[in-house]
Amino acid sequence: MSTPPLSVTPQPSDVQSLKSVNFISGSDSTIRRRLFLSRVFAWCCRIATYSALAALVALLASIIVNCLGRLNLSFITSVNSVDPAEAGILAGLWGSFWLISLTTLMSVPLGIGSAVYLEEYAKDTWLTRVIKVNLSNLAGVPSIVYGMLGLTVFVRMFDLFGSSAAKSKAINLLGIVKIPLPLGDIILAGALTMTLVILPIIIIASQEALRAVPSSIRTASLALGATRWQTIRHQVLPAAMPGISTGVILAVSRAIGDTAPLIMIGALTVARFCPAGIDSPVKLLTEPQRILQAPMDQFTAMPIEIFHWAKQPGDDFSPVAASGIVVLLLVLSVFNGFAVWIRYRTSRGLKW
Amino acid sequence: MVTFIETLRSPIERKAMATSPTTVLRVPPAVAGVDRDMDMSQHPAAITARGMNFYYGENQVLFDVNLTVPERSVTALIGPSGCGKSTFLRTLNRMNDLIEGTRCTGEVLIQGQNIMEPAVDVVLLRKHVGMVFQKSTPFPKSIFDNVAYGPRVAGERNRAILADLVESCLQKAALWEEVKDRLGESAMALSGGQQQRLCIARALATNPQILLMDEPASALDPASTSRIEDLIGELCANYTIVIVTHNMQQASRVSHQTAFFFEGNLVEVGPTTQIFTSPSQKKTEDYITGRFG
Repeated sequence: MSTPPLSVTPQPSDVQSLKSVNFISGSDSTIRRRLFLSRVFAWCCRIATYSALAALVALLASIIVNCLGRLNLSFITSVNSVDPAEAGILAGLWGSFWLISLTTLMSVPLGIGSAVYLEEYAKDTWLTRVIKVNLSNLAGVPSIVYGMLGLTVFVRMFDLFGSSAAKSKAINLLGIVKIPLPLGDIILAGALTMTLVILPIIIIASQEALRAVPSSIRTASLALGATRWQTIRHQVLPAAMPGISTGVILAVSRAIGDTAPLIMIGALTVARFCPAGIDSPVKLLTEPQRILQAPMDQFTAMPIEIFHWAKQPGDDFSPVAASGIVVLLLVLSVFNGFAVWIRYRTSRGLKW
Repeated sequence: MVTFIETLRSPIERKAMATSPTTVLRVPPAVAGVDRDMDMSQHPAAITARGMNFYYGENQVLFDVNLTVPERSVTALIGPSGCGKSTFLRTLNRMNDLIEGTRCTGEVLIQGQNIMEPAVDVVLLRKHVGMVFQKSTPFPKSIFDNVAYGPRVAGERNRAILADLVESCLQKAALWEEVKDRLGESAMALSGGQQQRLCIARALATNPQILLMDEPASALDPASTSRIEDLIGELCANYTIVIVTHNMQQASRVSHQTAFFFEGNLVEVGPTTQIFTSPSQKKTEDYITGRFG
């Protein structure tokens, strides 16, 4: 028995006369229509991008024009004043500095730790599912709600220690720093509140970054006799670091500009002093004992001062407000530049 | 009657088969280093599985599997997709522990100890039983750091010892000549075949005695596949190898012993030559001749 010969030559009946095709565009009305729609869509996207950009440029331009003549070195080296010519943002700058430093210090370890637990360790139970779903809800809660929470929990501490105005009680930590009870309207209370605001954002961003790490990397590492912690420490976290750091910086940038929770917890609107009297970076080095006192001091922040200037009657303070906005934007761009740098540094270590 | 699979064979092959009527499949020559006529009864058992059942939740995927793997030999696990061969392979270094809701009964003896016991240190077990996956999974690090990863997590810090180890493992994995001048470069820049050999080198660096391979060549081109097969032939002089493969030719080329799994049952196990020339089960014969699967 033999197999029938395999034939690849088409039989005459299979061959139909090919329709001639004109490849010069625009020859066919259907194709012309499709190409036209394609171009229209491209233009729609272009317009969407440039209209947003135009609004931003207009806003920036009006602010910069407004601040000209007012924004100078003395603006960032002097504190607030009733005289628009002398008012400066120094108190707000230092207030924001302490606030953000403390917030970052508290929220980053907590946020990354929670994300690692939820993604790498937690079993899929109803409790973890409830937590995961509610994290996105928490990220969407308006910050003023956190402000009210912070006022009750941190500033007044449920009035467990008597009225916050009295500030009679305090705990002495190692004899170096005195923490008032209840906390009252100090930087520490503001930072704790701000931590609540940005913690869900950091956790969600970190979770996304951890989830993007291919699970084959984890399996391969475990198969080589690495423990779970070694796998996370040497493979998963380095691979997720660019994503995590971007999320952290975006969250921190949000905290810099957020005003509502600070007003809610009673941060000062007009402050003519810097926390713990540290009014220049030099004092951080020459008088380090004050660093621990700063978080226990009252404060104001850049967005609060800007808000205060902007609502003053008359036009006298509008260049001051504009100058404040420019300083705030500069600080934000420094942070974003830092984010880009961290992203570059951490992804360079990864040899994808 | 000429079956479809036979029409794919060359006339020479068909003639060769006609002269040996008992041959079910023409067995290709083994790779260098694999002596299929080796008397495996002389080898002590490296792995003994007894009465193994495995469940994903309520779904049982392995039924009473009994299999002995002799030391310094290659055992091929074959069978259609979903037959449980990969699940069986992964129980040998407890990688199934990572999947939630799995359960295993029965025992697997390695060096006289039942590794299914809860008290077993899986980290130590996985150092002793290395694994190579279907998809090569180099870490996004340098070639050196990839190979040195296993010893490093085990606590080795001495740079000179690590360097020696990396070189000897890369040499064993037949990769040293290609990468010796660029150990600091990213492992992701290597070709697919090189990456897989790097993964083998990385597995060897923890100094295992058993090497599990889960379809190590199925994502590679023929030239790279052939290099991996040659490598298996070299490695089996010192290591016990268990390999899962979908490629019948490959199973017959590289293994001393072949085990055929079907629907969670170990249908037949025996010397490779015997399985491919005169299997005792009809199911095995049907599978290796390509009538199903």
